Formats: sequence, structure tokens, C-alpha cells
Amino acid sequence: MTNVFKNDFEILHDDKYIYFDNAATTQRPRQVINAVSEFYRTINSNPLRGLYKWSVESTQAYENSRRKIAEFIGAKDASEIIFTRNSTESLNLIAYSWGLNNIKKGDNITVTILEHHSNLLPWQMVSKVTGASLTYIECSPDGEISDEEIISRIPSNTKLVSAAEVSNVLGVRLPIEKISKRAHKVGAVMVVDGAQSAPHIPIDVKALGADFFVFSGHKIMAPMGIGVLYGKSELLEAMPPFLHGGEMIESVSRYDAVYAPVPEKFEAGTVNAAGAVGLAAAIDYIKSIGFDTISQREENLCRLLIEGIKTIPYAEYYGSKSAETHSGIVTFNIEGCHPHDVASILDTENICIRAGQHCAQPLHEHLGIPASARASMYFYNDESEVERFIEALKKVRSWLGYEH
Amino acid sequence: MNTKDIYREIINEHNLHPSHKGEINDPSYELDGVNPSCGDKIKLQFKIDENGIIEDAVFSGSGCAVSQASCDIMLDLVIGKTRDEAEKITEAFMRMIKGEASEEELEILEEAEALADIAHMPARVKCAVLGWRTMEKILKENRRETL
Ligand SMILES: Cc1ncc(COP(=O)(O)O)c(C=O)c1O
Repeated sequence: MTNVFKNDFEILHDDKYIYFDNAATTQRPRQVINAVSEFYRTINSNPLRGLYKWSVESTQAYENSRRKIAEFIGAKDASEIIFTRNSTESLNLIAYSWGLNNIKKGDNITVTILEHHSNLLPWQMVSKVTGASLTYIECSPDGEISDEEIISRIPSNTKLVSAAEVSNVLGVRLPIEKISKRAHKVGAVMVVDGAQSAPHIPIDVKALGADFFVFSGHKIMAPMGIGVLYGKSELLEAMPPFLHGGEMIESVSRYDAVYAPVPEKFEAGTVNAAGAVGLAAAIDYIKSIGFDTISQREENLCRLLIEGIKTIPYAEYYGSKSAETHSGIVTFNIEGCHPHDVASILDTENICIRAGQHCAQPLHEHLGIPASARASMYFYNDESEVERFIEALKKVRSWLGYEH
Repeated sequence: MNTKDIYREIINEHNLHPSHKGEINDPSYELDGVNPSCGDKIKLQFKIDENGIIEDAVFSGSGCAVSQASCDIMLDLVIGKTRDEAEKITEAFMRMIKGEASEEELEILEEAEALADIAHMPARVKCAVLGWRTMEKILKENRRETL
């Protein structure tokens, strides 16, 4: 192993495997694994419940993580950070708690055609329950969204706009600032799905114009099962709870309850404190690497990979022609080979990629491709892996029985 | 058999040169099958005579090599057989994919037995059974009442 960026990732030490499925979930560095293990080894206790030393410490660790996340994404106050399981749960919280209570028949909800199903199905649900319309901002084949599209698809009766900052299929960054500007102009609330942007670029919820912002810990090297919902205080305070139960109340009588203030109001039941601690460690780790280094390395790898794909006669890739706008993600197809077969064949070469529709069926339909294969890289991947990947890709057609 | 061998020895041939891919004009039954994990869609058309014998059957639609080949092999096996025999073969196939088939069951599966190793590729099981599940539905749903 010559690549120092792999040092902290034990799972990557065996150079036998090439892990190119980082958009699905990243690997965790030793620092994150240790932070989680240390929590359980030294202060494990139910935060917020006890009045003894461990419980005080676990509560502190949990709240420190909240502060760290607030700072990481530019929130005004730590109370604007709600811990959830993942982006999907965060988006559902917004849909059930804000959506169902503020959207009605005659209103409109706008999303983009690039959305992951997790940022689509909650809005389909709100649209079905309330009778509000659901409108799509469409993109060009390389993932570009025009100003006209933004204006015309966010009409004046729009109450909510939700868009991914980075597409999990094309890797392209969406013009979130323009979309949120238009959303606010018509008085709509702006939701930003940061599941694929948080791992790659610095986040500033204010600059984005995000009223809500969500991301998943497991995609930025934190444990699975911890996610984040950021919401502006005014909005969160006016929203009813999503889940009801322990630790989210001030007082309870037989037939009524007074809810705790935010963020506790939205964190019913025992929380994933170890996960939150792991997320804080992941944020420290990402900062120690630095977003500049991360994007530089990703761009370089994407450029190499795209160049390689271009030399393979039967291969094509999707999205922008320039590597800078791929966020480490290259989605492709090999003519005559179904992506599932491509993935199975690459698996025999110990190369891990994703195949199918990547939870983005409407986008695939829009692009006119039934399914695709996706290689998604992160800063710890390296050039030798890309070379091995391209060599394997060149042979896929012959392994699948074609002569050329 | 490892994955590449499975492809080389049986899947590729049936995928690239299927014997039963196409459409027929006057099928007795037809049904679509969808694999939700990859969006593959196939259509099966069956012509079954009054004695319950499968006279002809074809498949069409797009899909991965595993689902296409499995479908082609399946039709190879059931054409000329009765519904009851086809159902028995289907049961045997499903048990084989779960790794539970008996010696006799493997025997009636003939060439399809080569797909047994799909059991070691859990992600592809859905692809392998797509055609079989669809055929099972056709046979079950259109079963004539008998005394
Ligand atoms: C853009 C986008 N949004 C949402 C999600 C859902 O994330 P999770 O499965 O962690 O809830 C993903 C995950 O693949 C994604 O890529």
C-alpha cells in the first residue's frame, strides 16, 4: 500500500479490493471507529436521562457533536440541528411535520428530475394526501438546469421546493442558490438534500438559502444510523413533533403533554449518541484532510477515469464532459452489457461498483437509459485503482461473450 | 463454478443467441414480469393446447444476461411439456436456487442445473428467477378447474 490516504482505513489496506461505491456509503477511518468504541467503553449511558457522571458525560459528548455539526454547516445555533437516522428520515420528518401542516389543495410542491427516491417519495406522499400539485424542474442530458426552467417550474402557488445539492447519478452540482432565490421570491420553503454534497464540498446553509438541509453520516465516513436535519429555528419551533414518546416532553398529564423545546421535541426515544460522537469525529477527520484536497483528488481521479472510458469503444458515460463537475461520480454503460452483469463481472476482479437505477428511476427515464453502472470515488482512492478499473472494464465485453 | 465460468459456460450463449426470444401472434396467455431491483421487464407468451400441453412459448423485453439466459433455458425445458410438468420444474428450480433441491429435482432441471451456482450470487437471484416467477403466475392463475 503506497497511498497514504488509505492509512487510516483498515478495510482498504488490502489492495486486493477496489472500493468504488462511495456514493452508496463511504468507509470509516480508525478515528471514527475509535471514537464510537471509546464512547461505549468509557461513558456509555443513556444521555439526558441520568444525573450521574457517565450520563452527564454522554450528554455532553452528544451535545458537543450537535455544536460541531452546527458549525460545520453554518447553522446559527446548535438547536437548529436535529439528529435523525439518515437523510431519508430527515426528509420524511420535514414532509410529515411541515409538509402536511402547511401545504393544501391548490398549492404546489416543486422538486427536480434528478432527485433520489428519498427526496421524491415524501413529496409524492404530501401531494397525494393534500391534493397539492407536484412539479419537476428538468435538466439537460448533462445535468444542467436553465434559469427559465427554475422560473417556470416554481410558480407563485409553490409552498415548498426540494432539491439535491449534488446528484447521486450524474455527480453534478445543482444551482441551489438560484433555485432557493426563486423559491423565496414566491414565498416557498427551500429544502436542500445534501446527502451527496456534504462529503465533497463545504456547506453553508445561509449561502445556499436553505430553510432545511439534510445529510447522512454514513456518506461522510461516520457510522450508519446517524443523520442530520438542519432547520431554521422559526420553522422548527412552529412545527409539531414527528415522533412522540420519551425525552421529547416538558410534562405529561393523562390526556395531554407539553413538548420540550427544539431540538429535543424532534428526538423522541433513546438517541444514537455513539453515532453522533462518531459523526463529530468524522467531521474532524474531513477537516483534517481538507475539502480542497478532497476535490483535487476526486477531480484528478474522475478525469483519469473519464479519459479511460473514452478509450473503450463500446463504453459511454453520462453527465458533464468536465471532470470538475462529477463529485467523484462517473455513471456509465457498456453497449450490449447490462449494468448488473458488468457489476457481477467486475466483482470477480474485486472491484465494487453499483448497478441499477441508483434510487433515481425518474431520472433514468428522463435520460432515456433503462439502467446504468456507477463508479463513485473518494479522496482515498488512487490512480492505480482507476487504471486497474479501466483495464478490467476493457475486458467486460469479452467476458460477457462478445468477440470485440 | 465461479462467476466468470457461469457466464462463459451457459449464460453468454443463451443471452447472445436465445432460441426462444420473440413474439407470437395468438398466445393463449401472456404476462409481464418486472425485476424491481434493476427495472428489467420481460414479457412471456404461452400457447397451451386443450390438453394442457405447452405448444410454444417465447419471451421478449430487456434485461441482464442472467435473467435473459435463465428465461431462455426455462422455455427450452417446458416447451412440449404439460402445465403440471412445467409447474413441477418451476418448483424444482426455485428449490435449487435456495440450495434445497433433491437429486431427482436437479435431474429434471437438466441444463438449468448450471444456474445452481447463482445461489452464490445473492444479488442476482432476483434476476435468475424473474422468468420463472412470471411463468409460475401464468400457470397458476390460468389453471382450469378439474373435478
Ligand atoms: C442524493 C441522495 N439523497 C438521499 C439519499 C438517501 O440517503 P440515506 O439512505 O442515507 O437516507 C441518498 C443516498 O443514496 C442520496 O444519494
